[in-house]
Amino acid sequence: MAKYLLLKHYRGAPAPVNDVPMDQWTPDELSAHVGYMRDFAARLEDSGEFVDSQGLSPEGTFVRYDGEGRPPVTDGPFAETKDVIAGWMVIDVETYERALELAAELSAAPGAGGKPIHEWLEVRPFLAAHSTITECTSGG
Amino acid sequence: MDEALLRTLTPTVIGTLVRRGADFAAAEDAVQDAQVEAVRVWPDDPPRDPKGWLVTVAWRKFLDATRADSSRRRREERIESEPGPGPVEAVDDTLQLYFLCAHPSLTPASSVALTLRAVGGLTTRQIAQAYLVPEATMAQRISRAKRTVSGVRFNQPGDVATVVRVLYLVFNEGYSGDVDLAAEAIRLTRQLAVMTKHEEVAGLLALMLLHHARRPARSGSDGRLVPLAEQDRTLWNTRMIAEGVDVLQAALARDHLGEFQAQAAIAALHADARTVEETDWVQIVEWYDELVRLTDSPVARLNRAVAVGEADGPRAGLAALAELDPALPRHSAVAAYLHERDGDSVTAARLYAEAARAAPNLPERDYLTRQAARLNTQLRSS
Repeated sequence: MAKYLLLKHYRGAPAPVNDVPMDQWTPDELSAHVGYMRDFAARLEDSGEFVDSQGLSPEGTFVRYDGEGRPPVTDGPFAETKDVIAGWMVIDVETYERALELAAELSAAPGAGGKPIHEWLEVRPFLAAHSTITECTSGG
Repeated sequence: MDEALLRTLTPTVIGTLVRRGADFAAAEDAVQDAQVEAVRVWPDDPPRDPKGWLVTVAWRKFLDATRADSSRRRREERIESEPGPGPVEAVDDTLQLYFLCAHPSLTPASSVALTLRAVGGLTTRQIAQAYLVPEATMAQRISRAKRTVSGVRFNQPGDVATVVRVLYLVFNEGYSGDVDLAAEAIRLTRQLAVMTKHEEVAGLLALMLLHHARRPARSGSDGRLVPLAEQDRTLWNTRMIAEGVDVLQAALARDHLGEFQAQAAIAALHADARTVEETDWVQIVEWYDELVRLTDSPVARLNRAVAVGEADGPRAGLAALAELDPALPRHSAVAAYLHERDGDSVTAARLYAEAARAAPNLPERDYLTRQAARLNTQLRSS
């Protein structure tokens, strides 16, 4: 099994096919969308592939160290930031193809007019926390 | 409270319940419930006969669960009258459990989870922690696996090769959470080796012991990866190496070579060298030739190129590497190593950085980045 992060962007991904902002949807369309996402997560838990799912506020602050004894420096939010993460789902699946399949399914969540959004999701493999023991004989 | 004993008894007790007529899924649940009760009760009131205690309690749990389902009452009455198993059957039961948990209808991840629970006696929570997924996800993975094999007859002969692959997967997972999966894989493989004389089971056990023996030397105090050539060989566990070599020699003597025996032979040749200079690279290349013949695996070919580089010089290693697909995982790491041995630090530094970007895990990425940094620092000061 391998873990993948399915990343959803507020900004920075290519435009979806069904590109209508959420505040322009009808309440029923919003409910249908939320229901789809909930069912999707429940199905993944049932198939033993669910790890985590979280949403993020679009507002973020940049922070950095400013020297001993000084308070942290903060900056932003930056209106011009190109890439804004909206949330993620972490899955644990047998193959990369399965990760793509699930991302595509998530991308089909209904939007305006009850039609799939065709949203672009970014699929990122996790780096394992430890190395395999036997695979790299020459290494270890 | 002897948790190890409790876990060792798990497969036998499941087998006993199945033999008395419980279906596998219900038996497995009942034994898990009995284990939970043992953890609660044993510390204050240790049983004189732990196995008998577990069988009694698990059987009661099973009957409770069955009674709750009144439609099963008739079957329950039938099975209650059946006799328990003798000692010979207990061995068979455990072996059958290995086969069932590695049944070809299961995905590798399901086989691993089910094996760790039903044969290894681990709790769902421990398995979930080891594989870094929520407990609910792992619980579903296990119950789906049990549903998948629910139609398989318990006494159906299985294929040792599938069991060996599952145990190898568990071993490779190493150590995370509070369960040492490598040690657990060794325990389960050792137990399997007692029950079957299959050469590849012995080969796998030898391979695991020989690799596990090097574990104390494989990472530094800061957790960084230490490659074989730089390991402090006094940290290797010589008793475990000796056992691994014995197991391997007995298997090889039976003259049915397989991939795990070949891999173990390579590990044994490394273990046999007191210093890296004493390594018998010529023999290691020969074993890699065998391994390539047996598996046709690209990973084996890649490792063979490293061995050729040590046996016949880096140019020969690079020539062997040139025949392989550059898209192979770890190809650039091997190329970097051979180029450095060949005196080309500029190419090596570039390839190490490239390999770091493609590394599949953090320790390897850190190791490769450090190699690139080392060479780049040397190049700047020369």
